[in-house]
Amino acid sequence: MSTLVFLEHHGDELLKGSLGVLSKAATLGDAEVAGVVLGSGVRGLADQAGKFGAAKVYVADDAQLEAPLPQPRVDVLAQLVRDKEIDTVLFGNSVLGADVAAGLAARLDAGLNWDLADLVQQNGKLVGKRPALQDSVYVDVGWKSEPRIALFRSGSFDPTEVGGSADVEDVTVALEDFSTSARMVDQAHEESEGPSIEDAPVIVAGGRGLGGPENFTLVEELAKSLGGAVGATRAVVDAGWYPYSTQVGQTGKTVSPKLYIACGISGAIQHKVGMQSSGVIVAINKDSNAPIFEFSDLGVVGDLHEVVPKLTELVKARKAS
Amino acid sequence: MKIAVCVKQVPEGHSRIDPETKRLDRSGEGALNGFDANAVEEALRLKDATGAGEVVLISLGPAKAQDALRKALAMGADRSVLVTDDAASGSDLVATSYTLAKALEREHADLVLFGQQAGDSDGAVLWAAVADRLRLPVVSQAAEVTHADGKLTVKRQTEFGYDVIEAPLPAVVAVSDAINEPRYPSLKGIMGAKSKPQETVSLSDLGVESDRAGEQGSRTEVYALNDPPPRGDSKKIEDDGNGAQAILDFLAEKRLV
Repeated sequence: MSTLVFLEHHGDELLKGSLGVLSKAATLGDAEVAGVVLGSGVRGLADQAGKFGAAKVYVADDAQLEAPLPQPRVDVLAQLVRDKEIDTVLFGNSVLGADVAAGLAARLDAGLNWDLADLVQQNGKLVGKRPALQDSVYVDVGWKSEPRIALFRSGSFDPTEVGGSADVEDVTVALEDFSTSARMVDQAHEESEGPSIEDAPVIVAGGRGLGGPENFTLVEELAKSLGGAVGATRAVVDAGWYPYSTQVGQTGKTVSPKLYIACGISGAIQHKVGMQSSGVIVAINKDSNAPIFEFSDLGVVGDLHEVVPKLTELVKARKAS
Repeated sequence: MKIAVCVKQVPEGHSRIDPETKRLDRSGEGALNGFDANAVEEALRLKDATGAGEVVLISLGPAKAQDALRKALAMGADRSVLVTDDAASGSDLVATSYTLAKALEREHADLVLFGQQAGDSDGAVLWAAVADRLRLPVVSQAAEVTHADGKLTVKRQTEFGYDVIEAPLPAVVAVSDAINEPRYPSLKGIMGAKSKPQETVSLSDLGVESDRAGEQGSRTEVYALNDPPPRGDSKKIEDDGNGAQAILDFLAEKRLV
């Protein structure tokens, strides 16, 4: 087996999701798991990868790879997979990772299984575990040929530091014309205020069901009474109701507080993947068919504009007594 | 501007997997994938903004997917092309992207749009595979798309904030479900949809070799269906005026307050 893990970075850090996949890869029976880092000025990241179990790290360090865009990465990976006869390529899910994985699958005519929660050796075969249909069924999936490509659900594996060091090998970068035609013109960075919601023990989050940005005060007051932070869905962030730094979900923060209270949130998969590992989930939504109720511990079907302020008063009264 | 929108028919309501074939059961009523409605809406807006052009729907699916296509035509799309062929059933990403690319090659659209995911399979990657086959630039998770001077400007959302990306046309873009509110078809739109061209093509019409479609053309397979790991008890109550109290009691029981 020859396994390659796509190691994504942001700033000077490899992403936790990528390192988790690397740790997982080391358990699959390949003693020489390799990672690949692509970017500009990224050589230093190879050391981090070694600490988390990569025996080898391929480094594609090139100014053309500076922007986190998928297509130049597909070009480099396709060449690497062919040259090194790699049979298995693993990705943690992210906007970039998913696009690179699928582009690579098309380029190599390689099978891609996505949204995997796990990957195991079963009777000499690699088998992916894929939760499907709102996680109501777990599907065992596999590959008919090599190379195999797997894209894992965010947060499936925790990184385990093993303290090794990796051999570093440089990779040549030769790009297709069409791969460089999309250009990053502005990379807006998140402007965060106050402590990150990722560390909050309690999160009260609001979605479209609030009806308007002014109603976020209901959520803020409940959060304050519980000593928690405020979260938001992508829909309300994109609509400009609340800052991006509070967004929970696939393209926002992945959180796991002790308590998550979802107010007026339908529970679309985009949101779910960011908060499903919370300790206790409480949902308030007027639509009794909202998917959020399928993964909440307590669901209240009702008007949040009535329930939430009442709950805030009750919590305050309890704390005062 | 000529815009092709890739859309999918998904099962209406709750989906199930057929334990025999281990494929999604597509025997019941079909609906337009909700995420694709955002792509259709964005196509209509872009066409309106440029004042001219065409919105053509491209779909791969069973013959009855015409109903889902008609819904998108009722929203305002101009015509549809449905690739339907028994030999295409069971296509995975590799096979589906190959067939769709062949269908798109015939259209020479300036822009190819996708919705952010399929509501049935949760697949959220197809655009990148199709773009690679068409050798066109691709941008996903688009929160805003504007067009000027033969160039697209796309604001996308990632885990780290918003990026602005420029791409020359033709290009492939996958829009997020927060980009717009899809319009409801008007009565006039629904009536008008019946007379819009709905083309049906087979794999051989597109020049798709039989070993590149369906199970034969696929590189992944399904071995087994299992029950999910057990979850804790979940309770759902109606708010009869005591909803807030019920939450407080629950939080107290869990020692969270």
